[in-house]
Amino acid sequence: MNKRLVCTFLLCLPAFGSSAETKAFEHVLSNGLKVLVKEDHRSPVVVSQVWYKVGSSYEPGGVTGISHMLEHMMFKGTDKHPAGEFSRIIAENGGDENAFTGQDYTAYFQTMEASRLAVSFELEADRMRNLHLLPEELKKELQVVTEERRMRTDDNPQAKMHEHFISTAYTNSPYKHPVIGWPADIANYTVEDLQAWYQRWYAPNNATLVVVGDVQPKAVFDLAEKYFGALKPSDIKPLKPQTEIEQLGVRKMTVKVPAKLPSILMGYKVPVLKTAANEWEAYALEVLAGVLDGGSSARLTSGLVRGKQIAVSAGAGYGLTSRMSNLFELEATPAEGKTVSDLEAALKNEVKKLQQNLISSEELQRIKAQVLATDIYQKDSNFYQAMELGILETVGLGWQKADEYVAKINQVTAEQVRDVARKYLLEDHLSIAYLEPQTINTTAEKKGVK
Amino acid sequence: MHIRFFKHIGWVSGSVTQHFKTKSAGLQTRRKTVYVLGFSLLIFSQFTSAAAKIEHWQTPQGSRVYYVHTEGLPMVDIQVVFDAGSARDGQQFGLAALTADLLDTGAGKWNADEIAQRFESVGAQFGASSSIDMATVSLRTLTDKPLFDKALETMQVILTKPTFNEADFQREKNRTLAALKQQEESPAELASIAFYNALYEKHPYAHSSTGMIKTVSGFKVGDLRNFYQKYYVAANAIIVIVGDLSKSQAEQTAEKLVSELPVGKKPEDLPDVAMPLKSAQQHIEFPSTQTHVLVGIPGTYRKDPDYFNLYVGNHILGGSGLVSKLFNEVREKRGLAYSASSAFIPMLKPGPFLVSLQTRNDQTAQAVQVLNQTLSEFIAKGPAEAELAAAKKNITGGFAMRFDTNKKLASYVAMIGFYNMPLDYLDTFQQKVEQVTAASITDAFKRRVNPQLLQTITVGKSAEKSAK
Repeated sequence: MNKRLVCTFLLCLPAFGSSAETKAFEHVLSNGLKVLVKEDHRSPVVVSQVWYKVGSSYEPGGVTGISHMLEHMMFKGTDKHPAGEFSRIIAENGGDENAFTGQDYTAYFQTMEASRLAVSFELEADRMRNLHLLPEELKKELQVVTEERRMRTDDNPQAKMHEHFISTAYTNSPYKHPVIGWPADIANYTVEDLQAWYQRWYAPNNATLVVVGDVQPKAVFDLAEKYFGALKPSDIKPLKPQTEIEQLGVRKMTVKVPAKLPSILMGYKVPVLKTAANEWEAYALEVLAGVLDGGSSARLTSGLVRGKQIAVSAGAGYGLTSRMSNLFELEATPAEGKTVSDLEAALKNEVKKLQQNLISSEELQRIKAQVLATDIYQKDSNFYQAMELGILETVGLGWQKADEYVAKINQVTAEQVRDVARKYLLEDHLSIAYLEPQTINTTAEKKGVK
Repeated sequence: MHIRFFKHIGWVSGSVTQHFKTKSAGLQTRRKTVYVLGFSLLIFSQFTSAAAKIEHWQTPQGSRVYYVHTEGLPMVDIQVVFDAGSARDGQQFGLAALTADLLDTGAGKWNADEIAQRFESVGAQFGASSSIDMATVSLRTLTDKPLFDKALETMQVILTKPTFNEADFQREKNRTLAALKQQEESPAELASIAFYNALYEKHPYAHSSTGMIKTVSGFKVGDLRNFYQKYYVAANAIIVIVGDLSKSQAEQTAEKLVSELPVGKKPEDLPDVAMPLKSAQQHIEFPSTQTHVLVGIPGTYRKDPDYFNLYVGNHILGGSGLVSKLFNEVREKRGLAYSASSAFIPMLKPGPFLVSLQTRNDQTAQAVQVLNQTLSEFIAKGPAEAELAAAKKNITGGFAMRFDTNKKLASYVAMIGFYNMPLDYLDTFQQKVEQVTAASITDAFKRRVNPQLLQTITVGKSAEKSAK
């Protein structure tokens, strides 16, 4: 293990300060590609990620899921490297690779021994502009993505409920569509659709290259110039806003699927860092999520699972880094003899308490301690550090937000948590889904010996 | 920053997704099934570092300690691992898992809320879980002294003075019963349960570590207390410490954790695994859109002399993600599945060799045929020289990435400690990979993976029925 020190942390709890951040360095190539580098010399490895500003929330009706489909096709060859070559070369160099698509981004990564970074750059630069989309490859990959959808969503009761839930909760926001796309859209992509999507979004001036690991920023910038520097930029047309209209009353839906346990999912329309009237509101909602579900001592597990014992599990979730306004979600599974109505009342009661009373100073301190600690734990992973920079940059917040996070959470007060609960956790902006299990008949049969 | 994105995401390959099943609000992933857990341990733990210096000693009570000093981050990962996994359940399937679950619901003078507050007020992360071979009690904490001391003291009391309160027991039992019920809505879980049953029949590896509704229903709190007293003893514990603690701090930490545990004794060896007598197939009819297919046989164990031949061979066959033979035949050439892979899961006794895929119900027969064809060809002919060379380059070229975080390092140090592997396992790993030849792989697969004994499980809607 490499013994060079990155930095030394001087912890001064409980007087929270911002932890000594390892700095990221930024350089923009003349074609618009933004390169971010963060050094971490604990191990002789590097992660390289290319983030494109495109994801399912960019997609019009009829081709939902096309960002994800294109992500799959990005492994199917360029003029220079035929299908399969990319993965073969990375593997031969000891690399790990994969790609992922979200609502607001599509990202590709390789993790490699640090001296092989050029291998990754050469291949990523090539497929940024020279993808060769072939009908026969698309035909097979369509099947693969359909199988992926079956596995992730169609045969998974909770995932299916969530898909129905978001598609009803939103009226016109593109967040109403699943990342993987609707089945009829997946079945009908053409090479032309994918070509058009690729042309429109895959360009150096719509991408961010993030490198974290045992590297020197200057050397990485030079290497990026060498491989990506000659790529032509595109004229990237701005996205239409598609701002969600105001919801005018609670929405309730039932999802009947083969399942064994009922459950409830609730979501309030809330702002995020990018859309909040004041930035602190998003940080206050983050703290509020921690009050409800920041571990085993948080209110949902402590109060509903252990205290009242009306739930076998309960959770809350909020992500403040999306591009558009999002949902603050609450979910729970009833204990034997309890119902989703019991849980609905209990969850709403938790919301009401947050609106009426200030959270305790112990709760606030606990969350701040967790945030500070988690910030350090996450530095154990190059991948996570790179992902944080990549997401923040890609949704338009700017990677520098990563450095502000701990300090901003520390500034949140109990009054602010109560205020955002009052302002945003409104019954009229709530959607609720009930999972109503349908009987599953299973029969086992043993077949004869071959 | 807490980035929440896993709910809305699609990957090009499922292989990496496993690493990210961390945050779970719902019951769905609350209780990690033993099979998934085993799988990810395999990924993290079979690679070792020539550079990581493992120091090893015994506490006066006889617990083996494995310590690696890492710098750069003021944090430490601590694990105490017992030979107390579901293989020790006896006929009370699920007992090991529920015992581990109960540990942090009451200890010393603290109840569950107080324990959770003690950890979380200092930002520490605590866990107690069990797999087939092991029960693992783990702590991740900052090393700043007041924070560290509070977290460590809490862990020590949990390890040595759990209360097994009746009310907590009833609640956690009910939660386990709910989780067991929920397993029945997942074709993947049902397939996995049937698979282990088919491979291991009467052996302690045959049942799911979560247990069964009928066994868990019958538990009394005294059963858990007895299990704890028998297996959570110093002679049956290993302690792993990876992080920014000095040697003397590590010594004091280990001593503090187990000094109040009774010495006790190691449990007896597990029975040997008998090979199935003949090949068999089982189909479970289930209303899903895909059929889950599992094919396999009892495979390899940690100290197996054939281990590296089987490991490298499987890497070529189905263990190397996007470039394996199975992935190529099933997905790249035919588009039959999203994931297709194979793995050996080495344990104290031979864990499963497992080939799996999921496919649309009506093309199950074709997918199974391609799977079996790929497997039997590989057993018959072994790898091509070029395939072997590529696999070696991949494994040795990416060696440093297998332990590039404290978390991964701690996982494989725990593996080395628990399975009592030589400390130089780290230094010799790459050399052992290099020594493997195409002939030695072919020979090992022929002896160890007999196609005449393979067990096949399918769960889904059968072709005739889905055609209706």
